[in-house]
Amino acid sequence: MTKTLFINARLIDPVAQTDSLGALLVKDGMIAEVFETAEPEVKGAVVVNCAGHCLAPGIVDIGVKVSEPGERHKESFRSAGRAAAAGGVTTIVTRPDTLPAIDTPEVLEFVARRAAQDAAVRVLPMAALTKGREGREMTEIGFLQDAGAVAFTDCDRVITNTKVFSRALTYANSLDALVIAHVQEPNLSDGAAVTSGKFASLRGLPAVSPMAERMALDRDIALLEMTGARYHADQITTARALPALERAKRNGLRITAGVGVHHLTLNELDVADYRTFFKLKPPLRSENDRLAVVQAVADGLIDIICSMHTPQDEESKRLPYEEAASGAVGLETLLPAALRLYHAEMISLPQLFAALSLNPSRLMGLETGRLREGAPADLVWFDPDAPFQLDRTNLQSKSKNTPFDGARLQGVVLGTWVGGTLVGDK
Amino acid sequence: MTFNAQHLLGIEHLHPVEITTLLDLADQYAEQTRRGVRHKDVLAGLTQINMFFENSTRTQASFELAGKRLGADVMSMAMQASSITKGETLIDTALTLNAMHPDLLVVRHPHSGAVDLLAQKVNCAVLNAGDGRHEHPTQALLDALTIRRAKGRLHRLSIAICGDIAHSRVARSNIMLLGKMENRIRLIAPPTLMPTGMDEFGCEVFTDMREGLKDVDVVMMLRLQKERMDGGFIPSEREYFHRYGLDAEKLSYAKPDAIVMHPGPMNRGVEIDGNIADDINRSVIQTQVEMGVAVRMAAMDLLAQNLRAKRAAREDAVC
Repeated sequence: MTKTLFINARLIDPVAQTDSLGALLVKDGMIAEVFETAEPEVKGAVVVNCAGHCLAPGIVDIGVKVSEPGERHKESFRSAGRAAAAGGVTTIVTRPDTLPAIDTPEVLEFVARRAAQDAAVRVLPMAALTKGREGREMTEIGFLQDAGAVAFTDCDRVITNTKVFSRALTYANSLDALVIAHVQEPNLSDGAAVTSGKFASLRGLPAVSPMAERMALDRDIALLEMTGARYHADQITTARALPALERAKRNGLRITAGVGVHHLTLNELDVADYRTFFKLKPPLRSENDRLAVVQAVADGLIDIICSMHTPQDEESKRLPYEEAASGAVGLETLLPAALRLYHAEMISLPQLFAALSLNPSRLMGLETGRLREGAPADLVWFDPDAPFQLDRTNLQSKSKNTPFDGARLQGVVLGTWVGGTLVGDK
Repeated sequence: MTFNAQHLLGIEHLHPVEITTLLDLADQYAEQTRRGVRHKDVLAGLTQINMFFENSTRTQASFELAGKRLGADVMSMAMQASSITKGETLIDTALTLNAMHPDLLVVRHPHSGAVDLLAQKVNCAVLNAGDGRHEHPTQALLDALTIRRAKGRLHRLSIAICGDIAHSRVARSNIMLLGKMENRIRLIAPPTLMPTGMDEFGCEVFTDMREGLKDVDVVMMLRLQKERMDGGFIPSEREYFHRYGLDAEKLSYAKPDAIVMHPGPMNRGVEIDGNIADDINRSVIQTQVEMGVAVRMAAMDLLAQNLRAKRAAREDAVC
């Protein structure tokens, strides 16, 4: 029986919404006791002195792209696991937009096996909602669920055929499967590289109105009223979509929403002179949208903050802006970037960890995300104030496409534990 | 020296003094060309490569002629036919060319920002001959010179830019240049061809041609870029001509001595009435073409001076 005692820890509890000094005992991979005193006596325990820094439930990141199968040169389970451990992420929920798409139990089993072999953190795979993510026929949702798929999504492809989508939702509902959708009206946003506005006009780039997000969300909400399915909008990034989300929640629909950390910390102007590392999907928004979305996270209207980790190699990014691939890596920068909101006094640490750990755990039906007896000891120990300048070449990810290269950030992960085992430390 | 740029990528980063310096020199070149004075020594020994990733006749010919008049060794490459179709990336093409040590690189590309990207990878002077919907600086400069010669000044004029602004790099560069020189800019376009946020650039925005043309000194027409339109922006060309095409009746709302400009090639009967385009009292379209060569000579002359100064400084540092 192994015992680890974390003393002098600033415990961040997203359930009680507290941030206080205490200690925590881990036994056999589970949290055995939480102490209100900083230095309790426990016999036979290995002591970790947290030195007054934060100890919080490990981050559960929904929507991580690991490029296996198909593009292992961009990111493998080993490199993604290392990146997650370095970033305080203890569970990654992976996307099925691989090559080929994860749309059969066979491919899912391959992914689960690779993850078990190589990844340092917990991996929960998602599967495609339609075959080949083509929006025509639904996948074998039941078999995939049996094989371990935790949610169903076509990732950044929107199912344009409402008949197909409503049937998939209805069927998924019968299995109580979670459906995750990208909210972006596909015709309006076709070919767009940035959000419309003065900046887009100045740079002469094809642009999409922020209204495209609300249009897609409105449609999906109508379908939820019809089908009653369990639904999560992957990224809500505009102010205009928020009232619709609020109404849908108030009406008792089973809807939750997430947002990528980049949309919380960057805006459209960061693209500057066609910097393709800032090309995301959906594109970065105006500053007003960013502030509205940050407020929505603080209010709990948006439930989840994720990294939308999307590895891309140099070749797919070193192109003219319109032709360059979208997406950014984020596993290692998720926490320090999110801490910008804490340092800007827009959000407290317990609120932040509700969005990073507790809410995604609840959505996935996990016991993690909590600092209480009986919960798995998935923990992150970090100094929220330690400053550093990010050098992308030091990232653990195989791909280095981060928009934060050279950025000054605060917040260093000192240790990451999965099931009581140390998987990454400074 | 009042022109410090290493490249000519856009009007956005030029200072008004740099613009004036360039226009003054271009003015001299225009006069001397008319008198038959040759300047084969200015770019002697330098290599100019024209890389056009998009079809062009006039701009390419203009750059070629400008380089030849100044004595450069000029090579033109039509890029569709070469390595791009074999899958080579823009940056690889740039590096390959860079290894051949050109001195002046003239680039046109269908994507916004592509020329900026290329300029980061080469160590010669890069001239943007048009990138996507972003900028076309030499066009704006030649328009400015044409206006200055016709109106005697390039400030406090009321200038209307009409037509397909959404797809036009010419419009963006002109808005930037004419704004820097403190002119009043009026933009006239159907709302589907007007980019968002244009009023924030300090422009007045109109959807009615007659209202927009009222008392302007300069009418700048734009080509309807049919090749960039991927869906219905306008109902038909005849309705477009009826509402936005420049004819004598609409032009009568402008000042009696207002000049008419067009960057070419023209769609006669779509955005401009042939009679207006050919009216020697109003149309300065032929002058624009003439000034185009002069402006490009001036731009390459100034960039070559900066390039030589930079290389000399580097050699001094080595010695």
